[in-house]
Amino acid sequence: MRFGFVIGEIGHGLRRNVSMVISVILVTFISLTFVGTASLLQLQIGQMKNYWYDRAQVAVYLCTEVSPADVCPQGEASTDLQAAIEDKLKSPVLQPYIKEYFFENHKQAYDKFQEQFAGNSVAKYVTPNQLNETFWVSLKDPSKSQIITESFSGVAGVEEVRDQRSYLDQIFNILNAASIAAVGIAALMLVSAALLISTTIRLSAFSRRREIGIMRLVGASNFYIQLPFILEGVVAATIGSALAAGAVLSVVQFFVQGYLATKLPFTSFVTLGDGLLVAPALIAAGILLSAVASGFAIRRYLRI
Amino acid sequence: MIRIENVTKQYKGTSRPALNNVSLEIEKGDFVFLVGASGSGKSSLMRLMLREDIPTSGSVHVMGENLVAIPSRRIPFFRRKLGVVFQDFRLLPTKTVAQNVAFSLEVIGKSQGFILEAVPDVLAMVGLEGKADRLPGELSGGEQQRVALARAIVNKPAVLLADEPTGNLDPATSEGIMALLERINLAGTTVVMATHDRGIVDRLQKRVVEMRDGEIFRDQRSAGYIKTQTDSHPVKSWNLAIDQSWSLGGDE
Ligand SMILES: Nc1ncnc2c1ncn2[C@@H]1O[C@H](COP(=O)(O)OP(=O)(O)O)[C@@H](O)[C@H]1O
Ligand SMILES: [Mg+2]
Repeated sequence: MRFGFVIGEIGHGLRRNVSMVISVILVTFISLTFVGTASLLQLQIGQMKNYWYDRAQVAVYLCTEVSPADVCPQGEASTDLQAAIEDKLKSPVLQPYIKEYFFENHKQAYDKFQEQFAGNSVAKYVTPNQLNETFWVSLKDPSKSQIITESFSGVAGVEEVRDQRSYLDQIFNILNAASIAAVGIAALMLVSAALLISTTIRLSAFSRRREIGIMRLVGASNFYIQLPFILEGVVAATIGSALAAGAVLSVVQFFVQGYLATKLPFTSFVTLGDGLLVAPALIAAGILLSAVASGFAIRRYLRI
Repeated sequence: MIRIENVTKQYKGTSRPALNNVSLEIEKGDFVFLVGASGSGKSSLMRLMLREDIPTSGSVHVMGENLVAIPSRRIPFFRRKLGVVFQDFRLLPTKTVAQNVAFSLEVIGKSQGFILEAVPDVLAMVGLEGKADRLPGELSGGEQQRVALARAIVNKPAVLLADEPTGNLDPATSEGIMALLERINLAGTTVVMATHDRGIVDRLQKRVVEMRDGEIFRDQRSAGYIKTQTDSHPVKSWNLAIDQSWSLGGDE
């Protein structure tokens, strides 16, 4: 194998159809940037799930004087009912599951509400008695919230049991859908990248049909004839995927870490380390895709 | 060296076979003219010997290879032992004479050292010393065909196939090419040349295989272009053809 010759042939091919090569670079660049972004979004969702699920609590809301009569026939939960509920939380049956709990009274609930809705007109009309007193329960295993829900639903003095994770799940479902959409778009673009690579390689082979004919005549091996074409596709796609890797890394460094992380300091975001995990995978995917697409294209061209 | 047995070749979408039950044996060192009108099947037969195509039925053996059964990865290695030239030269217009010859060696993985030695040698042999750095467009037709011949023989093939190599050349230039082919043949290479140049065939008096409508019409030693009454017989099978060529034995 004479590498100088092969490299010369690749350079020749790349120069001969510059515009096609540029479009291959751009399409692989954009499609792999989508793939990379989608992967990072998945990582981000994973991290947020870990973070928030661990902190998610189960709220046991007690009846107030304005609670609906069908769940709270006795109106405002009395101190006796309150004590009974607290006893149940301390009982040996529930104790092994509970990390800690605290009680929020009307006054604390009102202060929190005023803080959250400051400036909003509802803040003016709400009174402390309308807001639920609440037992906030942190579980040792947040996925076992079912136990609390089942133990307290329908208990006298309890208006509702609510797992915060149910709110989180809605957010995560939206993020998930977004990343699946990104993957879908990326898949379509990867298909067009593969088709574009095949077309480019076939054009390149057509413009070198004389050389190919002579090579076949004098007995060049199929591998030797095909290699420059396959490498031509691979070189173009590698440039595109390197650009995609660079784009993904800059998004992490400058947008996520440089902007989002400073705006939302208490959220954990994907780091440059995660980006460095995704980037080589993108380049590998680009090389694999182009090698398969151009190998397939040149083999089909030569068979005819 | 070359053995063709009961070969029929029918191209897709045609009603009449291009080759019809053709049998032919060519010995090592032979010089064979394949003659016949345009469309009689000469090129089709050559393509089978090159393994550019396979017969519809029958068998083709060249240099011990069964070309009907040869696995495709072995075809390139088979072709390295064979030289080919065509009427249209098939040179690369952007490469010089020397580069054209070197290209055929580069692509089969020969070392730079070998190429640097072999290319000037073969160019001298075909009478092109001093033109190594010309582009094909700067050469006459005869010179271009010499480049093609140089490329075909640089690897010292056992068999040289030439499909109408003088088809584009004037008679005087053709003479030069024929002299070269005879020298290549004398050096031990089996030569099969398709042509319908009557003057050349008549003058060289080599073995002549005449084709008509895809069949071998005549196979004769030391013959001219036209069938002569005295020493030619119509041929029906390759056995007969071999018997005949042996018994006529023009050049022992
Ligand atoms: N690739 C092909 N497809 C269909 N028909 C062909 C093909 N090549 C040759 N033929 C037909 O086969 C016959 C023999 O052609 P060819 O071998 O080229 O003859 P020659 O070289 O003696 O002129 C002709 O009738 C020609 O039209
Ligand atoms: Mg022909």
